[in-house]
Amino acid sequence: MPGSLTRDAITIALVTGVLVWVLPLIIGTYTLTVLVIYGMLALSLGLIWGFGGILCFGQAAFFGLGAYAYAISAINIGESTLPMFLAVLVPAAFAALLGAMMFYGRLGDVYLGVITLVVTLILFKTVNSTAGPQYAIGNARLGGFNGIPGFPTLNVPGLPDAYIWGDGYFYVCAALLGLVYMLVTALLRSSFGRVAVGIRENETRMSLMGYDVRARKTVMFAIGAAIAGLAGALFANWAEIVTPSLFSLGQSAEIIIWCIVGGLGTRLGPVLGAAGLAYLKFLLGQQALIDNALVTGLVLVLFVLFLPKGIVPALSGLWNFGFVRWRLPGHIHQRRRPRGRERTRNG
Amino acid sequence: MDDVALETYGLTMRFGGVIAANRVDFRLRALELRCLIGPNGAGKSTFFRCITGLQRPTEGEVYMRGIETTGWMPHRIASLGVGIKTQTPNVMDSLSVHENIWLAARRFHDLREADRKTQEIIELLALGEIARDDLGRLAHGERQRVELGLVAAGDPWLILLDEPAAGLSAGDIERMTGTIRELNSRAALIIVEHDMQFIRSIAETVTVFHQGKVLMEDHVDRVMSDPVVRNVYLGKKA
Amino acid sequence: MDLYAVVLVEMLYGVASLVLISAGLAVVFGMIKVINLAHGEFMMMGGYATITAVNLGVNVFVAMLVIAPVAVGLIGLVVERLVIRHLYGRLVDTMLATWGLSLFFIGLVTMVFGNTTTGISTPIPGFAIGDYQVNGYNFFIILVSASLLVVMLSVLKGTRSGLIARGTMQRPDMAAALGYNPDRINMATFFCGSALSGLAGAVLAPLVGLVPTSGGAYIAKAFITVIAGGPSLIAGLLSSASLFGAVNQIFTFAISPVVGEVALLVAAVVLLRVLPKGVTGTFFKGRP
Repeated sequence: MPGSLTRDAITIALVTGVLVWVLPLIIGTYTLTVLVIYGMLALSLGLIWGFGGILCFGQAAFFGLGAYAYAISAINIGESTLPMFLAVLVPAAFAALLGAMMFYGRLGDVYLGVITLVVTLILFKTVNSTAGPQYAIGNARLGGFNGIPGFPTLNVPGLPDAYIWGDGYFYVCAALLGLVYMLVTALLRSSFGRVAVGIRENETRMSLMGYDVRARKTVMFAIGAAIAGLAGALFANWAEIVTPSLFSLGQSAEIIIWCIVGGLGTRLGPVLGAAGLAYLKFLLGQQALIDNALVTGLVLVLFVLFLPKGIVPALSGLWNFGFVRWRLPGHIHQRRRPRGRERTRNG
Repeated sequence: MDDVALETYGLTMRFGGVIAANRVDFRLRALELRCLIGPNGAGKSTFFRCITGLQRPTEGEVYMRGIETTGWMPHRIASLGVGIKTQTPNVMDSLSVHENIWLAARRFHDLREADRKTQEIIELLALGEIARDDLGRLAHGERQRVELGLVAAGDPWLILLDEPAAGLSAGDIERMTGTIRELNSRAALIIVEHDMQFIRSIAETVTVFHQGKVLMEDHVDRVMSDPVVRNVYLGKKA
Repeated sequence: MDLYAVVLVEMLYGVASLVLISAGLAVVFGMIKVINLAHGEFMMMGGYATITAVNLGVNVFVAMLVIAPVAVGLIGLVVERLVIRHLYGRLVDTMLATWGLSLFFIGLVTMVFGNTTTGISTPIPGFAIGDYQVNGYNFFIILVSASLLVVMLSVLKGTRSGLIARGTMQRPDMAAALGYNPDRINMATFFCGSALSGLAGAVLAPLVGLVPTSGGAYIAKAFITVIAGGPSLIAGLLSSASLFGAVNQIFTFAISPVVGEVALLVAAVVLLRVLPKGVTGTFFKGRP
């Protein structure tokens, strides 16, 4: 990655600022808020899948865990600051345990997919069946398939009566997405991030070089879960209710589709994919002619077949190609020449 | 024990009914260079995989500088200061040469030192011209050279190479020979190899594997002229 | 004594329904290494095909055992030609694409049939063992599963195409090198797998209220049964279905159906962690 972290941070802050200013002029902030939240959720999978090489079919599990951790602790505590932290920590801890179990067992990609998918289902079925009054954590009744409504929403830290809602809540979510994006950027620039990409490329080689692949993947997995958990808590605040459908396979599928469409191996791709597709879904929801799932499914199939790298890498490839051709007409030849010479000498 | 880099006692590997390595006792002094040869299926690659941690031996013990490493995972063995190159090229294809070597150097050095070490290795292996190219686009010889760079970047005191000369051109082999000599000034080496020409040019002592056992261990010239060895190995080839 | 008989029947039924649910997926995965995540929707469409045919006046058994498998098999054929064909050898991509297909079919069926529950009544009446009422249809499902296994085994062991199939399972490259067109084998396999999914969906349709999202209930169970079974087609299917079916029914009886389902899933996670190669990959290497 060329350029410095400071420059990246300034760019991210500026872009976030401009978008936060411009977008509400086009789309209502209520809708925008959920697009931002989905963007963060997609970024969480984009990080562990696109850079860490961990294909998780159950990212929704951490999203749901974050939302439930927030709702349950907010009811018991009565304000939002500590619950927000719990919503990050609980999924992260759960992912660390689950990840350690999977990665230390040296399970392959497919098994990882199966296990994460199954764990999501377990959570879904368990939570779904907790309808009776005997299922409660502290003062919070789990409510089964009805979910948990009526928990305290986000307030200014230290002031339990000063709720943050409406436009203000949108700005908080946008700022948090900007912050998470910046942290992900910093992580990927750090040694840990570069090693993670190395592991994605070749696990055996990295372990032969002395890296403990299992531990690093576990940590990466937990970081992704922490981000998904934060997105879950923000979603809970937006929807003002948490239901088991947060854990559903459909939700997991959607996160994967966002990443595929936006582009793996980029930070921007998943965020854009999530916002774009969620907005498309929102628009489709306003008409009854074409079913939502049909369009989402078709989009996924078409992307896997025709643009498996996703939109952002394809666009940036196109941009680089045009740019390079325009600026440096001899660029390709310049790079090839030394290698050609070497080969003739060796042969 | 400090002058012994690697020892194995009774190293045995069974796959079902097949005994791929049969009670191998092996000893490598510090800064020694040893080639392992033998016909296909002789057990040399199995032996290699057992000492590198890629496989867990059924029986027997492995010691590196006096530390027992039997059944350790590869990353723990590598962390001791052991550089390993597997038979098939094992590199990070979509990363650049520089990034590949940096990752190897970073494991054993802090940030500043890792950058310096990366430069040093790139110069040592004359990779400067292709340092920013993605590894996946390079020729086989260049990739092998980069992988040797990955091994060298950790400043290992023991280097284990499985068929480093496989598929290389004569020029590449010559270059590889030079690099190996250079590495040998700081580290003991075990090289599993088929290429006799290459072995003659680098090795003094050679260990011959046959049917999972050590058949002979001697100077390369004596090994090559030994009638038994010629029979099991060279004879078949001629 | 009656209770034991009932429990035994329920156990057998649990195993049989898992075999039925997983057979289509197992054939496709075992033969051509494609994990069809639209398998549940194929079953759902088998159910809809049956109900439509019955409503048009077709005999229910004909609808279940002939019309549904053929209809879904043909859908599978189209899917294979249009999508799967381009993705062989890319396991993760096929999983993603078929996941997309599953959403697509849910949407399609919703648009055609509406998002309402439909169903047909079970064509076989229940009866009593002692004091306990037993669902007669369970015996039909056990019968269908058992005959399915027998047919699969005899086709694989006893016919020429079965031999080609077994060869392809072990070494697809060698089968191709011996002159068997992999393209046609893939097509035929996917047709058979889809037809089996359709059959399973059809046979199970009378037991459930059918909605376009019904497939979701099957896919996870099928998926884990097949993966946990490992590389051997029939032995794997049978062993993991027995294990999971038994676990499911025991916990269902002891506590509740939800706990039964959860116990099944937990058993799957534990099993995969302990035996990452699947049951047959660990114990019965190299049998079909």
